Amino acid sequence: MVTVTLNGLSVDLRDRAVLHGISATLRPGELTGIIGPNGAGKSTLVRALLGLIPATRGAVEIDGHDIARMTPKALARLVSYLPQGQALHWPLSVERLVALGRLPGLGPMSRLGADDLAAVHAAMKRADVLHLAGRTATELSGGERARVMLARALAVGAPGLVADEPLAALDPGHQIDVMELLAAEANSGALVVTVLHDLTMAARYCKRLLLVDRGMLVAQGSPQEVLTSDRLRAVYGVTGRIEFGGGSAMVVPLERV
Amino acid sequence: MPEIPVLRARNRALIPLLLLGIALVAIASLMLGAVPIPTARLLDAALGHGDPVVRAILLELRLPRTLVALMVGGMLGLAGAALQGYLRNPLAEPSVLGASNSAALGAVAAIYFGIGDYSPAVLPVLSILAALASLALLFVLAGRAEGPLALILAGIAVSTLAGAGISLALNLSPNPFAAMEIMAWLLGSIENRAMDHVWIALPCIVGGAALLLWDGRALDALSLGEDGARSLGVDLARTRARLLLGVAIGVGGAVAVSGSVGFVGLIVPHLVRPLTDRSPSAVLLPSFLGGAALLTGADILVRLIPTAGELKLGVVTAFLGVPVFLVHLLKERRLW
Repeated sequence: MVTVTLNGLSVDLRDRAVLHGISATLRPGELTGIIGPNGAGKSTLVRALLGLIPATRGAVEIDGHDIARMTPKALARLVSYLPQGQALHWPLSVERLVALGRLPGLGPMSRLGADDLAAVHAAMKRADVLHLAGRTATELSGGERARVMLARALAVGAPGLVADEPLAALDPGHQIDVMELLAAEANSGALVVTVLHDLTMAARYCKRLLLVDRGMLVAQGSPQEVLTSDRLRAVYGVTGRIEFGGGSAMVVPLERV
Repeated sequence: MPEIPVLRARNRALIPLLLLGIALVAIASLMLGAVPIPTARLLDAALGHGDPVVRAILLELRLPRTLVALMVGGMLGLAGAALQGYLRNPLAEPSVLGASNSAALGAVAAIYFGIGDYSPAVLPVLSILAALASLALLFVLAGRAEGPLALILAGIAVSTLAGAGISLALNLSPNPFAAMEIMAWLLGSIENRAMDHVWIALPCIVGGAALLLWDGRALDALSLGEDGARSLGVDLARTRARLLLGVAIGVGGAVAVSGSVGFVGLIVPHLVRPLTDRSPSAVLLPSFLGGAALLTGADILVRLIPTAGELKLGVVTAFLGVPVFLVHLLKERRLW
């Protein structure tokens, strides 16, 4: 289990300040959602969290170790990443694609061992894509591909998982599939952080939300604490219907203000 | 534990078959030519006795020529496969980053200034140095950028600049014979290659091939994009440095002894890819072996096809390559 701490994290991209002094602690065992309007800096936050872009000021620490001082491989074994948009540049078979998740543990020119194959199999089973094993990944439907990409991230076997907009372009059924999978991973003790646009999904499945606006962390806490109509108005510029009751929370944007 | 079928039984026979193919083509290349050498005399000569003329043809003409064909073909195939994987672009080929043209410019300069006459080593060495210089220029132009596009654009700039230099040499060539010599060299040929050429190209190609084969895993990871690859622990800056260095040294060495032989680097990876699991790493070694076999085979054709003048290897590979490539692309296009 790992805990990620953001210590006054600021990121400038091409001299433009994108993130301003974000401090938060991301804990294992609770699905954490990062929400905020377009251009708020969610993806930048996620990329900084994974060490893909350096912190300009402040630091990201995993279990107290600054990730800027870790080797790319060591970091890759701690946190796996599901990037936005399911990019895949070659028509690989589903298995081969999922097996890419084992790379952080492999040396150059080495082969997959029995434990790697077991991890690949387990990840495919968890994401329910075993039946797609022999298919070509570029020929799958969007929903199938999303699950396959998720299996790829799970195959790393890292204690942490960061997903950037995993629900984009998915129908409601597949959205629920993916959220339930992420929640199950978190419940099994993993650190799972996901960027979301769908506030209902965020409210329903996340135990904790970070609301980012214009590069600043404007709220963090449980969905009830974070998702209020004042904040919808101030951050997203919309009115909305917000209901929390039992397991069927609902946040529906209504109109622009 | 349940089997994962494809990952296990992935075309184990491919590499042995390609090696067998190489052995057959290489033997054919030793036997066939203006003077056919039958198997029995080939064995005699190899064992160190038999007709001294046959031995001379075999050891001083056919053997170096065959070795050069194998090395150059292998290097071009491997460089094409590595670049297609790295740039994530099925159109990439060894010349895309400008190494081929620059190496050719180095050789053309040697011919143009007549300094190639001092020693047979001058031309190839100058050619390799030019390829390395192009690499330095490439790093200046696109060293820090991450995406493939900046690199491709810089490669086109370097390549065009070297091409302009070649045109200039042709334009200003002091006499038609110099221009003819330059043209002939640019068409690509491995005729009359001696063991000297083998010894010049061998270290470059071994070094270049090793650098390119090293990064197979990183190329696989790059099929998920730059962020995807880095999140899998790939050090992109080092991968790029190894790849560019490998291409410059290897392709530079290959062009130095063979001139510009086109198409092998583009088509070989496409031909072997369907026989693998299509991941960039799986295509690397088969592309080396396939390129070696293909170029050696093309060189046999050069010798056997009766033509008025001598047919150049680069011309044959282009004529062979285009139809094979087209048929293949039509079959495979659903995947792109």
